[in-house]
Amino acid sequence: MEDIASRGKSGWFDATARQRVTGLLDPGSFTEFIGPSERVQSPHLKMFDLPSAFDDGVIIGRGELNGRDVLIAAQEGQFMGGTFGEVSGAKILGLVRAARDHKDLPQTVLLLLDSGGVRLQEANAGELAVAELMRAIVQARCAGVAVIALVGGKSGAFGGAGLTASTCSRIVISEQGRIGVSGPEVIETNKGVEEFDAQDKALVWSTDGGKNRRLIGGADAFAEDSMDGFRVAAEAVLAKVPSLDLKTMQAEQERLTARQQQLGACDDAVSMWRTLGIKDPEAVRDMDGKDLTALANGIKEANHDAR
Amino acid sequence: MQMLSFKHTARSRLPGKKDKAIIGVVASGNLEVLLERVIPGAECEVAIATPLTGYDETWEAVIADFVERFSPGGLRISINDGGARPDTVYLRLMQGSALMEAD
Repeated sequence: MEDIASRGKSGWFDATARQRVTGLLDPGSFTEFIGPSERVQSPHLKMFDLPSAFDDGVIIGRGELNGRDVLIAAQEGQFMGGTFGEVSGAKILGLVRAARDHKDLPQTVLLLLDSGGVRLQEANAGELAVAELMRAIVQARCAGVAVIALVGGKSGAFGGAGLTASTCSRIVISEQGRIGVSGPEVIETNKGVEEFDAQDKALVWSTDGGKNRRLIGGADAFAEDSMDGFRVAAEAVLAKVPSLDLKTMQAEQERLTARQQQLGACDDAVSMWRTLGIKDPEAVRDMDGKDLTALANGIKEANHDAR
Repeated sequence: MQMLSFKHTARSRLPGKKDKAIIGVVASGNLEVLLERVIPGAECEVAIATPLTGYDETWEAVIADFVERFSPGGLRISINDGGARPDTVYLRLMQGSALMEAD
């Protein structure tokens, strides 16, 4: 079931989840599991008089990325903010568990995250799905599965999606992508506008956005905002995927402790970039993808096998 | 949630071999249209789930016009609406039938 194919140079940020799946994978290689004609929809939304989606906003299946067999899940950020509900969460969870348990399935899982987190109308099921998904990703990684997060959609990867991304083996992000736990509006609501002004888009993107995440080591590859861009970046991180064991966890703990000591006193992204030794931190905002990638590759803190 | 359904007899079966297609997203001002080639002959069924009430006649007119112009015989068309305007609905129906005719 292919949407109007969206290939090559076309943008990732504005694309639907279906366009991303068909645009990312090799042409004609995608097979969907539990597709929309099976009508596995949210059992909860109708109680709130809200429209449901035939696939509950998540597409799962298998296909090929430059000839490599992969499993893939994509969240539709435009439907209910790409949120984790009972069905949408279970679809991603089932996919990761299948990779964990069946060695004859592809041992690479691509998670195209585009989500504000848990769906409030089915919050208990959504919270459970996120917790179980994080556990399943850790177990899958321990079993040798590469789980790659691709972040570049309108809803970013916040709440449970931010936690999910941080549990993956590798994270690919575009300039438009954002990763966080509490989203900008949540921080503003709870801590006040002086703490974080969610209306200030430049502030939001410089803090949560792809450039900062890549430069401070919160993401492993920077992708151009296109189907090709994400394919190239995903292929690059797949060349060397760190395994997960106790040593990795300890290294990650040390990395995050060191990061907090180094950057904890900074009050904005530019001061973090200056602290990391970037000579002209003000220039980062206008930097193109190629220069940003080169800059990030030269920063020690941005390149690590902890995660 | 309002459920509407319409049955039409089209002039002919929609050409093409594709058995199913989906287009659009359930979002504000948008809708998703699922098309399935599961009905014999030139019959066509359209089922709509919409959170908005009071637009029955508009839906009826848009679907009737679509059936008249594109003759989607053999299709079951299912719509999850997010409050789309009639022009958006028509556009998605056209895109959906084009997908079914492809290959």
